[in-house]
Order: sequence, then C-alpha cells, then structure tokens
Amino acid sequence: MKKRFNPRHALVLAKRNVVKMVRTPEQFIDVTLQPIIFLLLFTYVFGGALAGGSQHDYLEFLLPGVLAQTIAMTSINIGQNMNADIAKGVFDRFRSLPIARSVPLVGAVLADFSRYAILCVMTLGFGYALGFRIDTDPLKLLAALGLAICFALSFAWVSVFVGMTVRSAGAVQGVMFLLVLPLTFGSNTFVRTSTMPGWLQAFVNVNPLSHLVSASRGLMLGGPVGAQIGWTFASCAGLLVVFFPLALRAYIRRA
Amino acid sequence: MTDLAIEATGLTKSFGKTKALAGVDLEARTGSVLGVLGPNGAGKTTAVRILATLLRADAGTAMVNGFDVRAQPDKVRASIGLTGQFASVDDDLTGTQNLVMIGQLLDLPKKAARARAAELLEWFDLTEAASKQAKNYSGGMRRRLDLAASLVGRPSVIFLDEPTTGLDPAKREDMWDVVRRLVSDGSTVLLTTQYLEEADALADEITVIDHGTVIAHDTPHGLKRVVGGQRLTVHPVDLARYGDLVTVLSAVPQTEGREPETDGRGSVTIGVDGDEVLPDVVARLRAAGIVVDELSLHLPSLDEVFFTLTGTRSGESHAPEEILS
Repeated sequence: MKKRFNPRHALVLAKRNVVKMVRTPEQFIDVTLQPIIFLLLFTYVFGGALAGGSQHDYLEFLLPGVLAQTIAMTSINIGQNMNADIAKGVFDRFRSLPIARSVPLVGAVLADFSRYAILCVMTLGFGYALGFRIDTDPLKLLAALGLAICFALSFAWVSVFVGMTVRSAGAVQGVMFLLVLPLTFGSNTFVRTSTMPGWLQAFVNVNPLSHLVSASRGLMLGGPVGAQIGWTFASCAGLLVVFFPLALRAYIRRA
Repeated sequence: MTDLAIEATGLTKSFGKTKALAGVDLEARTGSVLGVLGPNGAGKTTAVRILATLLRADAGTAMVNGFDVRAQPDKVRASIGLTGQFASVDDDLTGTQNLVMIGQLLDLPKKAARARAAELLEWFDLTEAASKQAKNYSGGMRRRLDLAASLVGRPSVIFLDEPTTGLDPAKREDMWDVVRRLVSDGSTVLLTTQYLEEADALADEITVIDHGTVIAHDTPHGLKRVVGGQRLTVHPVDLARYGDLVTVLSAVPQTEGREPETDGRGSVTIGVDGDEVLPDVVARLRAAGIVVDELSLHLPSLDEVFFTLTGTRSGESHAPEEILS
C-alpha cells in the first residue's frame, strides 16, 4: 500500500529548496557567471578561426549550443545538494512523514526550474549585449527556451541519481563532470558535425544534447526543426524513464 | 486494536557482516513510556529506525498503533513522530519555516500549519528565535526544534532517540518535562537512552539491550532491585586502609550479600538495599578511623547495570580481571 504522489507536497519541498538557494546565493554562480564566461571565451577564442573570421556569425551559431552546454554543467549542482542533504539527516524527517517517497526528489528538481530560467535569461541577455539576434520570432524563441528547460529538468535526474549513489558531494562533481564533458564537447555545439571523423559523427548524432542544440538553433535562427524537436522530446522521455526510477530506488535504499 | 502501541517481535537486522539486531522484542502499552537502555552500538537506533519505517528489518514483525511497519508504512508514518539522535532540522530555514513545511507536508492548510508552528515554538521556548535560521541555534535549541517538528502532526506514538545526549543537566530536566507532558497528553513514548537515571525518571518499563539482544525487561523498580538499587561509593584518603574499608562496608547490614567492587583508583563501590544507610556508614568509618575524601550514594551507572546483568562491562566487554590487573 503506497502513498499516492501529491503534487502539493512536491511544491512545498520545491519552495524549501528555493528558499535554501536564495539563502546561499553563491549557488547561482553556475547559472549567472558561467554562461557569460562561456560566451565570451568561445566567441572570441574560436570565433575568429572558425566562422570565416566573423565573431558575430560564430556567436549566432554558438549561443544555442552554449545554452545546452551550461544546462548540462548546471545539472551537477542538484546532485551535490541532494547528496549533502542526505548526509545531514534532513531526509530522515521526510522519510518518517506520510508522503510519497518520490516527493523530496521531485521537489528538488522542480525548484531547479528557477535556476534554469535564470540561466536562459542570462545567456540570452548577455548574448544580446554581444550582438546575438534571433532570425525567427519571439514565440519560437520561447519554444526554444521551453524545450531547453524541459531537457534540463529531465537531465537533472541523471545528477540526482549520481547524487544518491556516490558517497560525497565532491564525488558527485567528479562523476558528473566525466559524463558532462564528452556530452557537451562531443556534440554540434562548437563546430559543424561534418568536420569531424566518422566515428565521432556517429556519437554526435546520437548525443541527446546535439538534438537539443539543433532544435534550439532552428527555433532561434530558422530552418526545419520538427524532427529535432521530436528527438529532443524522445531524449527527455528516455532520460526520465531510465533515471527517475533509478534515482528513486537509490534514494529508498540509502537509509 | 490491542492496548499495545508498540509491539515488536524477533527483529533482526544486519549491515553487511555486522549484526545490529539479533532478535529483539519490544512492547509499549498505549500511553506509557518505554525506556530502551543500552550502550553505544547496542542496536537502539536501529530498532527505532525500523519501528519508524526508515529501515526494513531482515526478519521479525513490528506493529505500531496496530499497523504493520512493513505492510502499512504510511499508516504508521501518519501516527508517529521521530526525533533522531542527530537533529534533522533544515539549517537554512527558520524555525517557523521548518515547522510550517512539516505541517504542509502533513496536509494542514497553510493557516493551520502556521498556527501549529507558532503554538509549538511557544511551547518549546523558541518564539524569539522563530524567524532565525536554524543554523544559528544552539545545540539545545536545535534539539527542541527537532522535537517540535516531530510533534506537528500530533502523533500518538513518539520515538525519541537519545533526546538528551549532549545536553547540559538543566536542559536535560527541561527535556524530561517535555516527555512527561507528552505522556500526560496521552501519547506513547519510546525513549532510548544510555542513562539508567533517565530511564528511571521517565519510563514505566525499561528494556535493556546489548549487542542486538534484549538482556532484561522490567519496571524501573524491578530493574533496580535486580541490580541492587542504590550504590555506595567510598574513596579512602589513605589507600593503605583499603582492606579495612572493605571490611567496614561489608559489615553494614544493608550491604549484606553484596560483593564490593573496586576501580583503578582505590574506590570501593557496593550495592545497598535501604535508603537510610549514610549516617550508619559515616559512624562506622569514624569508629574505624578511616578518613575518606569521597562518599556518595547513587543509582548504578549503565556500566554497573550491565556488569550485574551480564557479568561483563558494556562497550569493550572486558573481563573483570582485565580491568583489575
């Protein structure tokens, strides 16, 4: 006999996580300074060499990719936080309450929505200051951001799973970094896939992050996007189906 | 429903090769206080975590409020409060936020959750600190907030895992008053402790566990009778008079049949049966010309309880000869 999941409980715990974030503002560095640094570095280090010497053209190409990259990097935070929370014993309290087991995890992921929203605003705002302009319309831009956040909330479960599995918050960072690095660089974020060797193209083409980058690039700059949006949603569903149960099981086992 | 609020039979639990519980039975009548007495590592916390549905026993059954902890964990969770050994409050939230959050998770409307939080903060003398983050609380305040958090849902069974460990004596008395009030409100309390004094002060019945098994179950009165009620400890100024001291103490009528024990610094401790033994002891010591610099009458320590019940010291389980040599 299991307690049914109550969305209101998840919102109560999401609010708790937001309050905790606001109390430790340094937690927002990865969603504020990180996109700025990435945009500056990649635009001006690679831009001159990669896009026929036009940093502006490269910025147009790069920004949707940096959005996806920072989302993947930012997901590390939630796993670390949850690992630390468990170590402190707060979860013992939640476990002894008549709420569904998944509530504390879902609450934490929902709270991350606010971080990803900030990330989107920062990336676009700073990109705009550097000269980035969308070639489509604001609705498509919103669709791109919605898709990105949707992917972020799905990918966060990988981090939650790692956070529930490894022993320390530091180890969460180590493991997640090993995962995130090949996913972000082994993608079409920085250069066109056609410039890569065949074996790498094969990886890039199945990398869910590439689909997200292609879809948001299309939505911001124009071009066909239907298939890429479909693949992105399929990736989100895949991540959820695999990592939500894994994370939940790891959490329940970690008594 | 039976009149037992807690009924556990044959609980076992292993962590890897370590056997934390090797078949523990626990029973608490509704509205009573069950003291679970044992040293560190005896299995007290494991037993509490199983009863509070945080852990699954490898074998055995446990009913709390008539619900099976394995089959109906949510029914159990809805009727219990748990205060762990390590205060599980959220450091970044204020006292009020901590309690309101619990209230909302228990499906209280926001207004009712706020009212309940304010009521509990007042009861636990935390009203002034209500809007401070818990990370700024003292150890005692955190304990109180943690206990308050476990009472938000007005649970009928409350688990207190070593609620006074690390508290100073005055704070300990405060905590005892809280437990007494909970019981007078009709709650059942299971309290684990390392202090016989605490179990004696609060519990209706005491279960003593060691190495994951129950080694005694009795009322405080019965337990004290078994372990010899009060203890008399005397330390002579002149250690050469040790033998005379033992002779004098053994001659006191109330110590008849008791074996004197000694510690590494020359004190003699002996069980006594009556309360009014001190004047007689003092008179006999004076008559024998033995000057003492310590003379005390006290309840047996956990160590002494264990020594009497099992013949070995708690914790390290040294043989008595080993301690003397």
